[in-house]
Amino acid sequence: MATTRILEWCGRLYIWLLLAFLYLPIIIMALMSFNVSPFYQLPFEWTTEWYASLWLNDQLISATWNSIEIAIITTVISTVLGSAASLALYRHEFRGKKALQALLFPPIAIPWLITGTAMLIFFFGVGIGRGLFAILLGHVALALPYVIVVVSARLQTFAPELEEAARSLGANQWQVTSRVTLPWIMPGVIAGGLFAFAVSFDQFVVSYFLSTPGQTTLPVEIYAAIRKGFTPEINAVSTIIIVVSMALMLLTARSFKFGGEK
Amino acid sequence: MAGQVVTGSRSGLRSALPLLLPAYLWLTVAIFLPLSAMVFFSFMTELPLSGRAWSFTLDNYATFFSQGLYWTLLLASLRLGLEVTLWCVVIGYPAAYVLAKVFRGRSREAIFLLVILPFWSNGLVRIFSWAMVLREGGILDTALNAVLPFKINIDLMYSYPAVIIGLVHSYVPYMVLTCYLTLQAIDDSLIEAGRSLGASRLQMLKRVIIPLSMPGLVAGAALIFVPVVGSFMEPRILGGRTGTFYGTVIEDQFVAVFNWPLGAALSFILLAVVLVILALASPVLKRVA
Repeated sequence: MATTRILEWCGRLYIWLLLAFLYLPIIIMALMSFNVSPFYQLPFEWTTEWYASLWLNDQLISATWNSIEIAIITTVISTVLGSAASLALYRHEFRGKKALQALLFPPIAIPWLITGTAMLIFFFGVGIGRGLFAILLGHVALALPYVIVVVSARLQTFAPELEEAARSLGANQWQVTSRVTLPWIMPGVIAGGLFAFAVSFDQFVVSYFLSTPGQTTLPVEIYAAIRKGFTPEINAVSTIIIVVSMALMLLTARSFKFGGEK
Repeated sequence: MAGQVVTGSRSGLRSALPLLLPAYLWLTVAIFLPLSAMVFFSFMTELPLSGRAWSFTLDNYATFFSQGLYWTLLLASLRLGLEVTLWCVVIGYPAAYVLAKVFRGRSREAIFLLVILPFWSNGLVRIFSWAMVLREGGILDTALNAVLPFKINIDLMYSYPAVIIGLVHSYVPYMVLTCYLTLQAIDDSLIEAGRSLGASRLQMLKRVIIPLSMPGLVAGAALIFVPVVGSFMEPRILGGRTGTFYGTVIEDQFVAVFNWPLGAALSFILLAVVLVILALASPVLKRVA
C-alpha cells in the first residue's frame, strides 16, 4: 500500500531526526574543542592547542587519575561482591529473598541528589568525612545493584542441572563454581563490570557532595570549571570523556545484549 | 525470577549468607544507613559536630511549610518534571514505535544502540554541550541567521526552555528504551487482524497499541519524572539565574549556606514525594521488569 510506504518513510526520517537531536550538540562540542577561537567564534580554524594545554593543567590531570583509579577499584569490588550476591540469590531459597531483591531498587531509583547528600551527612557524622575514600564507598554502593541485576539476568539462562552433573561427577563446591558456573556467567560478569566502570567514571552528583578541593574526580572538576565560564579546554576534556564512555558502552553492548536475549 | 532451585541441604539463608553479606553490608553502610541518618539529622537544630550543642526540633520542617519559597520551588520542580516527561513521551514514543515496527534485523539493533548510547555517556558533558548550541552567537544562532533573510537573535541560554531542552535530551532515551521493550512484544499479527477487521490506523493506535504498551509508558515516565524533580546540575548550567529549583536549593544548603539540617529536611521531603510516585507506579514497573 502506498500510504504504508509513505508512513514508513516518514518514520525512518523521524528516527534520523531524533538521532540528529541526540548527537549534534555532542558533535558540535567536540568540533569546538578543535577550534582556534577561545570564544567559540566561527569561521572554524583547526588547532589542537586546547588538548595540549590540558597536559599543563595539573589539577585536571590529578582529578583524571582519581577518576580512573576510583572507577577501576569500584569495578573490581562491585563485580566481585555483586557476582557473589547474585550467585547466592540464584542458588538459595530463603525467607526474605524477595525483600532483599527489592532493596536493590532504591539505590537505582532514588535521585542521586538525595543519596549524595545523605552520604555526606552520614559519612561526616561517623568520622569518615569527605574525600576519595568516601567517594569510593559511594560509587561501589551505586554500582552494586547494576552488577547484581545484570549478572542475575545472565544466571537465568543457566541450567542448574549442570551444577548437579558436575557435583555428581565428584567436583567440590569450589570446582563447580569456578569450572562450570563462572565460565557460563562470564559475559554477564564482564557486562556488569563495564556498567560499574561507567557508573563510577560518569558519576557526578554523589562525587560532587563527597569531594574536597584537593580530592575530586574529573566530572566535579569540569562542573567547577563550567561555573567559572566556558573555555575550549572544557570542550577538549569533555570530548575525551564522552569518547571514552561511549566506547565503554559499545564494549558492554557487545558482551551483553540489552533486553536479556542471548 | 532466578533461583527456583532448592538442592536439599544447600538451601536456606545460612548457606547463602557468606556470599550475600559483603554486598548487602556495603549497601547498608553507604545507602541505607545514610538515608536513615538524613531523616535523623533533619530533626536536629545543629549537626552534632565539633561539640556544638544540639537538640531535637521540628523547625526545619516548619521552615518548609511556613515559607512559601520552598513550596513554590517544589511545585516548580514538579512542573519541570511533568513537562520534561511529557516531551519525552511525545518525542520518544513515536521513535520507539518506528524502531519496533518499521526497522528490522541488524539496522534495528544498530539504531537502537545509537539511541541509548548517549544515555550511558556522561550526563554533565551532554548538558554542557547544549551551551555550545543555545548561546547567543552559538550554532543555532549562527545557522538560523545564515539561512534566514532577516536578522534574528537566538539566545536561549539561561532560560527555562534551555533547561527543558537539556533535560529532554538527557532523558528521552529512557522513554524510547522502555516503550520499545513493550511495543516489540506486541504481535504483528494482532495489528494485521485488527486492520483486516476494518479498524483504521488511529483506532488501532487508540484501542490496541497504546493500551498494550501502557506499562512501558508508565515505567519510562516514572524513571524520567523522579530524577528530573531532583535535578540541580542541569538547571544550574543551562538555566543561570532562571534555573532556581528545589534541587538547586538543596544543593545550596550543603555547599553554600551550610545549613545541613534544613538541607536534610528538604531532601527527606523530596524523598517522600519520590517514594509516593514510585509506589504508585510500582505495580506497572514490576510488570515491565
